Amino acid sequence: MTASPDLRARAETLGATLPPLLAAADHLAQAVVLGDHGRRRAGLGDEFWQYRPAHAGDGARGIDWRRSARSDAHFVREREWQAAQSVALWVDPAASMRFSGAKNRPTKADRARLLALALAVLLLRGGERVGLAGGDIAPRSGRAQAERLALALAEDSAEDYGRPEVGGLPHHGRVVLISDFLGDLAGVEAALEAATARAARGVLLQVLDPAEEEFPFDGRTIFESMGGTLRHETRRAGDLRDRYLARLAERKARLAELAAASGWHVTTHHTGTAPQPALLWLYRALEAAL
Amino acid sequence: MWMLGPVGFTAPLLLLALPALPLLWLLLRAVPPAPLRRRFPGVALLLGLTDEDAETERTPLWLLLLRMAALAAAIIAFAGPVLNPAPPAAATDDPLLIVVDGTWADARDWPRRIDRAMTKAEAAGRAGRTVGLIRLTDRPEAPVFHSAAAIRDRLAGLVPQPFAPADLSAWAAALGEGRFETYWLSDGLDHPGRADLAAAMATHGPLTVFETPRPVIALKPPVFRDGAVQLAALRLPAGAQQEIEISARGPDPAGIERELARTTLVFATGQGVAEGTLDLPPELRNRLTRFEIAGQPTAGAVSLTDDSLKRRKVALVGSEADAEGLILLSPAHYLRQAMAPEADLIEGGLSDVLLASPDVVVLTDVARLGNAEAEALLKWVAEGGTLLRFAGPRLAAAEWAPGEDDPLLPVRLRAGGRNLGGAMSWGDPRTLAPFAEGSPFFGLAVPDEVSVTRQVLAEPGPELAARTIAALADGTPLVTRKETGAGQVVLFHVTANAEWSSLPLSGLFVQMLDRLVTAARIGMTEDRALAGHSFAPVQVLDAFGVAQDAGNLPGVTGEALAVGRPGPDLLPGLYEEEDRRVALNVTAADTTLQAAIWPAGTPVEGAARDTERPLKGPLLGAALALMLVDILAALGISGRLSRGLAARLMLALMLTFPAPAARADAAEDAFAIEATGEVRLAHILTGDKRVDDLAQAGLRGLSMRLFERTTVEPGDPMAVDIERDELAFFPFLYWPVTADQPLPSVNAYRKLNDFLRTGGMILFDTRDAGVSGGTTPESKRLQLIASGLDIPPLEPVPEDHVLTRTFYLLQDFPGRYSGPVWVEAAPPDAAQAEGMPFRNLNDGVTPVVIGGNDWAAAWAVDEIGIPSHPVGRGSGGDRQREIAYRFGINLIMHVLTGNYKSDQVHVPALLERLGQ
Repeated sequence: MTASPDLRARAETLGATLPPLLAAADHLAQAVVLGDHGRRRAGLGDEFWQYRPAHAGDGARGIDWRRSARSDAHFVREREWQAAQSVALWVDPAASMRFSGAKNRPTKADRARLLALALAVLLLRGGERVGLAGGDIAPRSGRAQAERLALALAEDSAEDYGRPEVGGLPHHGRVVLISDFLGDLAGVEAALEAATARAARGVLLQVLDPAEEEFPFDGRTIFESMGGTLRHETRRAGDLRDRYLARLAERKARLAELAAASGWHVTTHHTGTAPQPALLWLYRALEAAL
Repeated sequence: MWMLGPVGFTAPLLLLALPALPLLWLLLRAVPPAPLRRRFPGVALLLGLTDEDAETERTPLWLLLLRMAALAAAIIAFAGPVLNPAPPAAATDDPLLIVVDGTWADARDWPRRIDRAMTKAEAAGRAGRTVGLIRLTDRPEAPVFHSAAAIRDRLAGLVPQPFAPADLSAWAAALGEGRFETYWLSDGLDHPGRADLAAAMATHGPLTVFETPRPVIALKPPVFRDGAVQLAALRLPAGAQQEIEISARGPDPAGIERELARTTLVFATGQGVAEGTLDLPPELRNRLTRFEIAGQPTAGAVSLTDDSLKRRKVALVGSEADAEGLILLSPAHYLRQAMAPEADLIEGGLSDVLLASPDVVVLTDVARLGNAEAEALLKWVAEGGTLLRFAGPRLAAAEWAPGEDDPLLPVRLRAGGRNLGGAMSWGDPRTLAPFAEGSPFFGLAVPDEVSVTRQVLAEPGPELAARTIAALADGTPLVTRKETGAGQVVLFHVTANAEWSSLPLSGLFVQMLDRLVTAARIGMTEDRALAGHSFAPVQVLDAFGVAQDAGNLPGVTGEALAVGRPGPDLLPGLYEEEDRRVALNVTAADTTLQAAIWPAGTPVEGAARDTERPLKGPLLGAALALMLVDILAALGISGRLSRGLAARLMLALMLTFPAPAARADAAEDAFAIEATGEVRLAHILTGDKRVDDLAQAGLRGLSMRLFERTTVEPGDPMAVDIERDELAFFPFLYWPVTADQPLPSVNAYRKLNDFLRTGGMILFDTRDAGVSGGTTPESKRLQLIASGLDIPPLEPVPEDHVLTRTFYLLQDFPGRYSGPVWVEAAPPDAAQAEGMPFRNLNDGVTPVVIGGNDWAAAWAVDEIGIPSHPVGRGSGGDRQREIAYRFGINLIMHVLTGNYKSDQVHVPALLERLGQ
């Protein structure tokens, strides 16, 4: 989404692309029924938590006079701690995500953005602050943030395989990395390391096309990466299937290993299946991490 | 042209390209199939993987062979291969004369002959020669030579004639001058003068003869002898054993012509004649109109029957003086009872009945005849009549002078012993002896109870034993016979009533009379009968054996008919004079089939000759097919052919071939399910879209009214193509008749008749108000269509017809017009039902309702149910439309409930029974 001087054209492009994505994300988010979101201990918040006898040091303003008037002691009204979390999303913008194995399947990028935005909508609705990793958009709460996120998520990158950016992560924040993780895993390792260093935990969502899982090719074929930088020629693609699948499994195992080492959650989502289970999984995984 | 076995090549040099095929091998081996480019993010995981083997770098062997086969097929195809190439005709500029026999025998493979002649004419035309055409059954005239194209047109319209040429030598004289080559398509039979004509043709130029190896089979006229129809068939040439089916056809009781009997004749190996018999009950035999050899569409294989197989005419002449006796004791009564089922009886005085030219004259106890009568009778017997006499008191009492021999008695009766019966001293009545071989009664069982108490006795004589055809157990003659001229005189020595013997009471009497009567006139020449009369043709046969209405053909003289040689003026067929019918058949009783013999050295071609067949097309097709397979194979090898696509292609290929049948079945099933899922009214497609749409709209309107007012809830009406669709699903068909509607095919007629017989109803609507009495084009068309249908006698709807009260009480049946409506006539014996205002009418549903009231227009509604056609004016018109709907409802109710309302006549009786 390049910036155009023409305001109207921009507005129209925005209007043409954002609402469907946002609407789809909203729709998806509504499918997830949420429980309460409190921290279940006293703290800063709006909701009532409990009354407790006033200690020395409690300010007079803290006294709940209505409660205190019913007895001889003074009571302080405590509220439930409702600290908002910062969640940083990273969706792989690389060319490899723009692959779809069949005409009737969305590209991986589409699915990844949809999931990310739906998650963002959910989190925002829960009062969390959501931003983009890499520092493009700082975590903020509020409905308007969803639109900013949608706009930012629509940006593509020209490179073949993405490298997660976790710069500008808040301490104790939460990180969501969505990618196909087909590129060099060194980037992921680095990102995990950086996040761990900031005491941030999170989830890895690998989005794959079914074609990538099945490798339904045969015959003499030249495979090229989406950006065209990598190519591999084979005379019998069918013979490569087993070895390709072995490598893919190995990669997934490596991801799981990395995640386990830093206490992250990881799963694989296929564009051929419905997005709701993946969204639910993402949300639960984040909730567990929160 | 270069020949390789049976295949010739027009451009053999191209075949030199075949050795270059291995070059293709080398080329293709060197070039692997082109790779497919694919974008695939997973390539990162593929980096570094190597192929396990490099075999697909080269084209696989089978694909290579496939391609080489395709190329070879193309090379060979372009070399112009021709299977069985015709040897090039000798170059000549002489005109070509095509001679066609054009007889009935040609009809057996006429299209092939015409094809052959066409081929010849075209070849001659290509060579720039003119072509002449003569048909030998025409009157001789000098051949005229035209361009080949003109001859083509004449050939296409040429038909064979149902007779043989009279004399071919007349043609020899008519050939004229000039050189020409002759190509003679012979029917294989010898005709008079053939050798002369062949010789004359040979003087003009080369003669080539064409004969087909298919045998000529002809059927002789069946004759009735020894109680059965004797069949004989001829064939030429006499080859291996062959079976032929003879089909005997005639009208069935409903008047529709159909096959009444069928039998098989066998030609033994090397035999040119096959014979057999067909035993038919007299009722069936009397109905036969033609015999034909199944599968032989020639006039020679058809034999029309005339009166010779028909009922005999028997004249009963009694002694008039006896007329006041009791009827049951009269001899004539016994004879009448015995012969009426088999023969037509005439009664009256002798001079009167002889004028009716009977086959048999029966005289019961008539002793002496007047001189003039006796002479007339004798003349009639000599011409082939059978005189059957019975004894009696008068005959027994008659006296003959010694030496006087009554020519009208087979034996001399014993003189002197005038009344032998009374003076006989038999102890017991005598029984009959078994019939001797040679007797016309041979084979009949003799019942024990037949006994003879009185009889007249024959004078012993040398010829008595030969003339006795039935005798008593003691050898006394009981029935004697004498042949006189072409006829015979038979005497029963007992009375025709039961006074003298119990013979007339037994079944044997009937059988004996039957044998005598049916044997009458066998071999009787009809010259006497035919000469001097003029006969009008009723039906004539064409060369293919199809009987056609004679139309306005002129009559023929009996003399010509007696000669029995069909010609251009005397077509084979059925001729009629007053009550007599004479059949003239192509094959007469004395016909023999003689093979044509050609002058030595004449080349004779057979039709079985292999025709020239260019192979270029099939070979190119094969090459193309192989290349298509190659495309698929190449796609498969390079991985471009996904499995789904391959499966779809295979499916498409498989569907291409058996698909029509499968689709037709599916369509039929769909039609059947649609038609039977609900009660549906249907109309017959006429081919006129406007009429069909109106019929559809009309039935839709009627269906809606039925739905609203009755418990009949029909689905949407359907259109029915009588040629294609099954009719049995519908209870009711509406048939609007248009003037230019095509006639149904034979198959469609069969379906329609089945439909009518099994309870279906057709409402014919000529839409012409029925005012003209059947002279509008629609009415004429309807008459034409209905002539093939099994339609009972009709009458205008009577006042008490069940149609008037199946749902509404109606008295007229208007549509857009209000004209008469016709239904099946009530049986003549319908009686007034007791206590009811109507008659006890026929059971069942009238199969047809015919009228011209344009009901569909009155019923028609558009999609939203508003009447779409005006009927009448104002409220009167609305009333008429309402009555039209009521008629429709009554009609459908009649179809669906049958005689339910007719059965209402029984209601009082039922109520009465319930009350008890």
